[in-house]
Amino acid sequence: MTQQLKLGRVPAGGALLRRISADRPARPVYVALALLVVLGWLVFALDGGTFLGQENIVGIQQRSAALGIVAVGQTLVILAGSLDLSVAYLISLTSLVTAEIMAGADANVPAAVAAALAVSALIGLANGLIVTRLRVHAFIATLGVALVVRGALDARYDGPAGSVPESFQHLGYDRIGPLPVSALLWAAVAACAWLLLSRTRLGYRIYAVGGDAEVARLSGVRTERVVVVAHVLCSVCAGIAGLLLASRLGAGAPTVGTDGGYDLESIAAVVLGGTALAGGRGGVAGTVGGVLLLAVLDSIFNQLEVNSFAKDVVRGVILVAALAIYARGRRTR
Amino acid sequence: MLRMTGIGKSFLGVRVLGGVDLEVSAGEVHAVVGENGAGKSTLMKILAGVHAPDEGTIEIDGRSVAFGHPVEAQRAGVAIIYQELTLLPERTVAENVFLGREPVRRGLVDRAAMETATGELLKSLGEESFGPRDLVRRLSVARQQVVEIAKALSLNARIVVMDEPTAPLADHEVELLYTLVRRLTARGIAVLYVSHRLREIFDLADRITVLKDGARVTTTEASSLDTAGLVRLMVGRELDSYYPPRAADPPGEVLLSVRGGGNARLRDIDLDLRAGEIVGVAGLQGSGRTELAKALFGAEPFTTGEMTPRRPRSVREAIAAGIGLVTEDRKAEGLLLNQRVRDNALLVARATGAPQPRTGVERLLERVRLSPPRPAQEVRLLSGGNQQKVVLAKWMTVAPRVLLFDEPTRGVDVGAKAAIHDLMRELSQDGMAILMISSELPELIGMSDRIVVLRDGRLAGELPAGSTEEAVMSLAAAS
Repeated sequence: MTQQLKLGRVPAGGALLRRISADRPARPVYVALALLVVLGWLVFALDGGTFLGQENIVGIQQRSAALGIVAVGQTLVILAGSLDLSVAYLISLTSLVTAEIMAGADANVPAAVAAALAVSALIGLANGLIVTRLRVHAFIATLGVALVVRGALDARYDGPAGSVPESFQHLGYDRIGPLPVSALLWAAVAACAWLLLSRTRLGYRIYAVGGDAEVARLSGVRTERVVVVAHVLCSVCAGIAGLLLASRLGAGAPTVGTDGGYDLESIAAVVLGGTALAGGRGGVAGTVGGVLLLAVLDSIFNQLEVNSFAKDVVRGVILVAALAIYARGRRTR
Repeated sequence: MLRMTGIGKSFLGVRVLGGVDLEVSAGEVHAVVGENGAGKSTLMKILAGVHAPDEGTIEIDGRSVAFGHPVEAQRAGVAIIYQELTLLPERTVAENVFLGREPVRRGLVDRAAMETATGELLKSLGEESFGPRDLVRRLSVARQQVVEIAKALSLNARIVVMDEPTAPLADHEVELLYTLVRRLTARGIAVLYVSHRLREIFDLADRITVLKDGARVTTTEASSLDTAGLVRLMVGRELDSYYPPRAADPPGEVLLSVRGGGNARLRDIDLDLRAGEIVGVAGLQGSGRTELAKALFGAEPFTTGEMTPRRPRSVREAIAAGIGLVTEDRKAEGLLLNQRVRDNALLVARATGAPQPRTGVERLLERVRLSPPRPAQEVRLLSGGNQQKVVLAKWMTVAPRVLLFDEPTRGVDVGAKAAIHDLMRELSQDGMAILMISSELPELIGMSDRIVVLRDGRLAGELPAGSTEEAVMSLAAAS
């Protein structure tokens, strides 16, 4: 259907939405973020706090960092037309791998970091190969891998294990000036992913495969390899988040990933940022905006002392509303 | 420059091409013409490396080549521009042109080089209305074709295949395409031009190869032929006499009537369908045949004009008014392939809440001559002919007064085809009004009590029963 039916009447606001989202999938989320910051400032002002104070900003950054890193990885697989539901358990797994190998000793830090990243890469490779070679839909493939990891964790652990030396805890808690180290780590991961997507062949191919795998194939792109690499990178991002959380906790924990809800929240952040769940459209900038949006929302909720059930209701409504707005913006072009 | 010799190809035991020769020289526009099903597209796909030929050889510049993958054909200098464009709508022009071959400098994609090169290609094609950084989705179909051609040039293509390039274009855009084709040939590139539209062929082609029923009829200079001569070469065959006899009685009351029907794809449609009559619809691809059926069926409704029964705004309204549609693509639109025959047959009855047939599904399946009539079998396991019979059964449960058929026997074997034809005639004698779209002219002529011809979304004319294929073709392809 190349010749779309002309819509006789563009709904009110359609033109504005169209202008906001035209060719820049990330723009609406930043408009929303800006509005939310203004709202937050008002709420804090009325409530007697300082929204833009250092303490609150640092809080937002720290809360965002782990989710942000996972969501950057999730962006890569979703852009490639896939999906990863195994990130939450993988985070738990890598936090344990890290803390167990470190066993409180400074000397073990490099080995533990390497092992955690290697384990994540392997899980990513498994995800990618199951999706491409066995042709299992990503939803089921990564859910299956998630269950396998969960089973392995439940069999061995029923609580926190291992310990992280004090030197490694700097990653989770230190600041350089007003900037937490964890936020810098997130920024670095996001910058690498941005560079990858917008300036490398691999990035171009991720967009191509997610946009239309057949078009990519007919242009000589090895589509399966691209999907596998995207999965490996996504899992490595989850592994980095696992390192960060181990550093915060001082130990590994079998529930740290699922308690944070990193699987579904990372997907929510990605789509809030304007990346198409079907792939091929979007980018890291939107995801960063999506993560910040969720974090600012959280800090407003905290200030107002909203109970956690109401929080989830509001978050759910925002997510669905955002997607409906994107759908409309696409239709009335 | 290109020589294809003795090309043959079969799909699932059905021979679609046999012993076809084709020679193309540098800088010529070589038209490949033939009726639907003559084998044009298969031949082009073999050249482009999409299908491997069962027999025959391909030589480019005297060197024998064999393509296992479209990319190999690209490297050998063959580019194909499909009817459905193969571009990524969410990426820029430059990113599409260099897809899979992005230039790299110090490990990073060299956007500047890519955009400069694309800009130069566009300029050399005389295209200034858009640039390398524009998103493809924002371009018209005609401009997207320019992007495809730029991509072909960036691959150093020396043979460019265009498959029905003007089908999606508006009239004023066709001229633009002509200019592009001439720019290509001026560079010594050979253009293989596949089209149904005879006017374009005579406007552009230096030589014409005519295919019929998978074999080459002739290759000749375009200047040595006129329209009538070309049509005769394309269709010249005896009318098959395998069709059931026409109704003896004159048609009955008008069951469906449209005056001035129109929507985005159709204009000024006047049409009456009478009880006991089979009306054939002829037209080239893109002439609005399927759109007509979908408009009558409420799937892409008419937005203007009068209709009796009341103009349906949705499929449910059309079904309630007694209109059914046997779709062109039965696998995607007509059947739930992984469900049982029984569930498929009852699909419409259940959806509309109509009473299920008292006589039972088994009787219905016998009536449509499903063989063997096994209601518990999954539909995907049936042959094309049997699948089509299940689609028919699906409609007979609600006893529509008007049944629209879009390519009722496409991909159906000869035996099942005859059964479907018999059944159509039977339904019509029972007082149903039938509209039948077909690109197969013998079928259209053999079955129809009269034929309406569509062209560019309008009625181009009407022909009585027993008209010749030449008459239909010249009405459908005239300009």
